[in-house]
Amino acid sequence: MGYWKDIVVGGWSLIEGMKVTGRALFKPVVTVQYPRKRLEMSPAYRGHIELKIFPETGTHGCIACGTCQRVCPSGVIKVQGVKTHARSGKVATHYVIDYTRCSLCGLCVESCPTQTLKFSTEYELAGESRWDGVMDLVERMEDSRS
Amino acid sequence: MMEAAATSGAYWLRLIVGLVIVLIFSQLNALFLVWLERKVAGHIQVRLGPMEVGPHGLLQTIVDGIKLVGKELITPARADRKLFVIAPVLVFMPVLVAFLVLPFGPKLIIRDMNVGLLLIFAFSTFSVLAILVGGWASNNKYALLGAIRSVAQAVAYEIPLLLSVMSVVLMVNSFRFSELVMAQQRVWFVFLQPVAALIYFICATAETNRAPFDIPEAESELVAGFHTEYSGMRFGLFFLAEYTNMFIVCAVATSLFFGGWHGPFGFSFKIPGVVWFLAKTYVLLYVLMWFRWTFPRVRFDQLMNFSWKVLIPLSMLNLVITALVLKLI
Repeated sequence: MGYWKDIVVGGWSLIEGMKVTGRALFKPVVTVQYPRKRLEMSPAYRGHIELKIFPETGTHGCIACGTCQRVCPSGVIKVQGVKTHARSGKVATHYVIDYTRCSLCGLCVESCPTQTLKFSTEYELAGESRWDGVMDLVERMEDSRS
Repeated sequence: MMEAAATSGAYWLRLIVGLVIVLIFSQLNALFLVWLERKVAGHIQVRLGPMEVGPHGLLQTIVDGIKLVGKELITPARADRKLFVIAPVLVFMPVLVAFLVLPFGPKLIIRDMNVGLLLIFAFSTFSVLAILVGGWASNNKYALLGAIRSVAQAVAYEIPLLLSVMSVVLMVNSFRFSELVMAQQRVWFVFLQPVAALIYFICATAETNRAPFDIPEAESELVAGFHTEYSGMRFGLFFLAEYTNMFIVCAVATSLFFGGWHGPFGFSFKIPGVVWFLAKTYVLLYVLMWFRWTFPRVRFDQLMNFSWKVLIPLSMLNLVITALVLKLI
């Protein structure tokens, strides 16, 4: 009896398999033809860091405290700020990161006291030289605003 | 009759025109099938398949073919040169012979021989010889293993293949393709001989070395099997022969079990026979591709067990029952 049962059960399992692939044949494809079409990145995507723009001030909230610079395990952040006058707080004028050595740990984002850092959704990061990974986030913010 | 026909010019013209059409058709068919295979593979895996060259990648295989022709023909060191060169030719020759007797339409048979069916199966064994020669001459362990497996597989699967075909021949009392097809004007033999049709199709998959029976060229174990050492157009010929072989086994299945040039149940819907024939053949070819992208490759012992323990007894039983029924009716 086992012999015939094996043939019938085995044959049926093959048909089941063909049903699965037969259905897949008519499913819409998941391929996105990249250079012609692009995916919308999810907000949870962790690209390099970026300065947030706060709507109430219209600019970033970086006070150039240097916490991120100290907490960064790879030492890729360099922040510079100025005081416009003696009593005012510092405002960052340069925020340079070297993305090529960044390990995307996110400690800078977590430690930022003014929460002005976020992950960008930029994913086309190929460059021709190692300096293409070095970018000034303040400059980048200004560029994105214009 | 034969003597008179053989000397006439029309006879030779018919042969030459037939040969040229067959050569062109087998190339175009292979190009189309490779493209179709990649498309089917893509869509079964929810991908797109080739898209870049031509509309929906239709010209991709032509471009690949040109690349293949331009490649260097490498003969490995200490290979058996003569056999190595001959093998790809040997694999393609029987494929062309099979086209001689395939009944594309009531009038579209190059030579309607009285041994047509036997001719196809006799010559299809040649491709196994070619695979063995190619694998042996390559001086490569993977090629040799692939060739050995191929022979063992061919021996095991040719028996149920012929036995299942024999039960159809028994019903028609002829090996002539035109008579085999004419007998199916009302009812296709797939309805009278479903077991034989199934066994034939399984064995045909094995005969053409297609997945799930593609162990002669199992790429995960044997690199590429018998054609590991072949490059350029020599590999191209093996490739071409594989796809043309697929066409032939499906065309034979069409004419033996699916009514050849007839429409279903005697209705032709005013569609010419060739169209019916090709449509049915390409549907069967699609099923072969469907198999390949659904089933995992069988292990060698499973392959042998399946043939010797299941297919051969079943086809034998089918043949005996057919003979009994025909005797009693």
